[in-house]
Amino acid sequence: MSYRHAVGTRTHVFADLPTLMAKATPVRSGDRLAGIAAESAEEEMAARWCLADIPLREILAKPLIPYEDDDVTRLILDRHDSRAFAAIAHLTVGDFREFLLSAASETLARIAPGITPEIAAAVSKLMRNQDLILVARKCRVVTRFRNTIGLPGRLAVRLQPNHPTDDAAGITASILDGLSYGCGDAVIGLNPASDSVSTLGSLLHLFDDLIRRLEIPTQGCILTHVTTTLEAMNRGLPVDLVFQSIAGTQGANASFGVTLPILKEAHEAALALKRGTVGDDVMYFETGQGSALSAGQHHGIDQQTLEARAYAVARAFRPLLVNTVVGFIGPEYLYDGKEIIRAGLEDHFCGKLMGVPLGVDVCYTNHAEADQNDMDTLLTLLGAAGCNFIMGVPGADDVMLNYQSTSFHDSLYLREVLGLKRAPEFEAWLERIGLADADGALLPGGPNQRLVAAMPGLSDAGLAA
Amino acid sequence: MSEDPWARLARLTPARIGLGRAGAGLPTREVLRFGLAHAQARDAVHTPLDEAAVTAGIAALGFETLSVSSAAPDRATYLRRPDLGRALTEEARAALTAAPRESVDLALVVADGLSARAIHEGAAAFLAAFQPHLARAGWRVAPVVVARQARVALGDGIGAALKARAVVVAIGERPGLSSPDSLGLYLTFAPRIGRSDAERNCISNVRPAGLSHEAAAHRLDWLLNQALVLGLSGVGLKDGSGPALAASPARAALEDLGRSDP
Repeated sequence: MSYRHAVGTRTHVFADLPTLMAKATPVRSGDRLAGIAAESAEEEMAARWCLADIPLREILAKPLIPYEDDDVTRLILDRHDSRAFAAIAHLTVGDFREFLLSAASETLARIAPGITPEIAAAVSKLMRNQDLILVARKCRVVTRFRNTIGLPGRLAVRLQPNHPTDDAAGITASILDGLSYGCGDAVIGLNPASDSVSTLGSLLHLFDDLIRRLEIPTQGCILTHVTTTLEAMNRGLPVDLVFQSIAGTQGANASFGVTLPILKEAHEAALALKRGTVGDDVMYFETGQGSALSAGQHHGIDQQTLEARAYAVARAFRPLLVNTVVGFIGPEYLYDGKEIIRAGLEDHFCGKLMGVPLGVDVCYTNHAEADQNDMDTLLTLLGAAGCNFIMGVPGADDVMLNYQSTSFHDSLYLREVLGLKRAPEFEAWLERIGLADADGALLPGGPNQRLVAAMPGLSDAGLAA
Repeated sequence: MSEDPWARLARLTPARIGLGRAGAGLPTREVLRFGLAHAQARDAVHTPLDEAAVTAGIAALGFETLSVSSAAPDRATYLRRPDLGRALTEEARAALTAAPRESVDLALVVADGLSARAIHEGAAAFLAAFQPHLARAGWRVAPVVVARQARVALGDGIGAALKARAVVVAIGERPGLSSPDSLGLYLTFAPRIGRSDAERNCISNVRPAGLSHEAAAHRLDWLLNQALVLGLSGVGLKDGSGPALAASPARAALEDLGRSDP
């Protein structure tokens, strides 16, 4: 069935729901690359008018990718909570936007299991940036492993100590630097340069030793392929969190070498280790608009909707952390600062609305039309939107992955401007160890001697007085 | 007078640590350093490949060479249309299949990717480091293909056209602020158009200040051997070559510190 909207004497026709959703999407380079973007500004707005009138029930009844063809569609529909959906079942997409703007936090938490990614994506297309911020701020998704992430008024930071050759001393130096800025409550998470199991083993031990010796209420993660982490767990290595990049279609996940049964196996293996202290949320996922198109597995669906479908995959495994690496993929998907900012707000909104603990890697590459000023803007907006966590990369320059993200300093900026605190357990630890005062403000001084003394491999560098 | 301890730590990693702060912000010096590095990286992305110089450098090692272009006609198109960067032009395909070819074990592709600078400074040096491994293994190797406006998957079509059992694409990685010269090595067994990224193994950060050419060559040798024996590449092939960097720059710096500061 086609959709139509008349503007004056001209009638815009949209062949089907995927076409309509794509054309209603604020234009970005990835949808243009796929040949599915609106071809004029008027067509884009006509599609939005048309989308506003579609009942949520109709979106639920018309899967964008057939049930038989795609296990992500099956996951979405098989797990759909129709009781939670009942509260919004009578609404159109346009009504739903207004409902969200006036809904209380408790209501949003109650309906989350009834919201499919397609519904979240559809309503986001009608929302301005301020709507995305306002509604996301009301959605609280709290998760726990060794601390509590996502509480109102708080922002956590992933300490990302990447090193081009996985050198233990170099990684440790970056961790020390990050902890000194009060970063690392979301996770101390390293992207290794090598995916060899022997490298992984020594890195896992390094992180485990560090967290134990300093008694840091946080978790470590080496962000390697899920099958490698599974092997590490089988060998008895100390794995806190299981990491995997995921996407919104079965085919795109296959291109990452991952399936839903593999994720389930890894989830169960990590749960069995019982390494959490205050909770058992053990999964860490990363996503990003454009991955399905990049893998040639997008089924003609716009990249923002597919991104929301990745959150349905994440949701099934009760993750501690999910982050959209928003500007990492490059200008062929998000061309410039404006597109990256919009995508970051959309992703955060859709994830939170679906009950997923979204953080954002506020980032760009050197071949995109963006710079640090764009990142400042998006970072500030996400702080206002109640984002669960951001990245902390030394000086915002990732020397392993070759892109720019947010820095330890950026987190201090955001805390000062918006009054955001760290995870409570981590904040108490910072005070205990003498890095911050009772309000979480950093105390002056050089490298903290207790930290240095506990750092494997650094105390012999003459730093511990 | 003792040295700033943060300066000692900063020597352990190329990451920007120990920057100091002005309130919540960076010192002015660091804001300007960052801005300059970003300006240089932006310029690097748009530098064209000096094909003649690259080809001459590779030929000087004794390799035969061929040159091809992807279907992306220029840099602006290349950046927005990765599909074109993965496709060979008809002329390129014709050039690769002009001469009748025996099948070979390996096709080597040197591709500009997002940093021609990485190729200018590192392609011949890497091939020189890899040459002894090739000789020792006795692999039959096709002419080295120098590819312009190329993405990794361009190697699939090249490898297939050259009847290679495996293809290795040495490509300029997207420049980081501290690494405008980084090479990536992508290994794909049984190359053909349509291979997915999960079917490749990657060795990244190959550059003097990162993974050395020798260490990368050692790792590639191991992966290639395994790929040819097992008949696969990608997530099914785990890198078991072990830590090739027992003596890394950071480790050496740490040992220096330990010695100089009892």
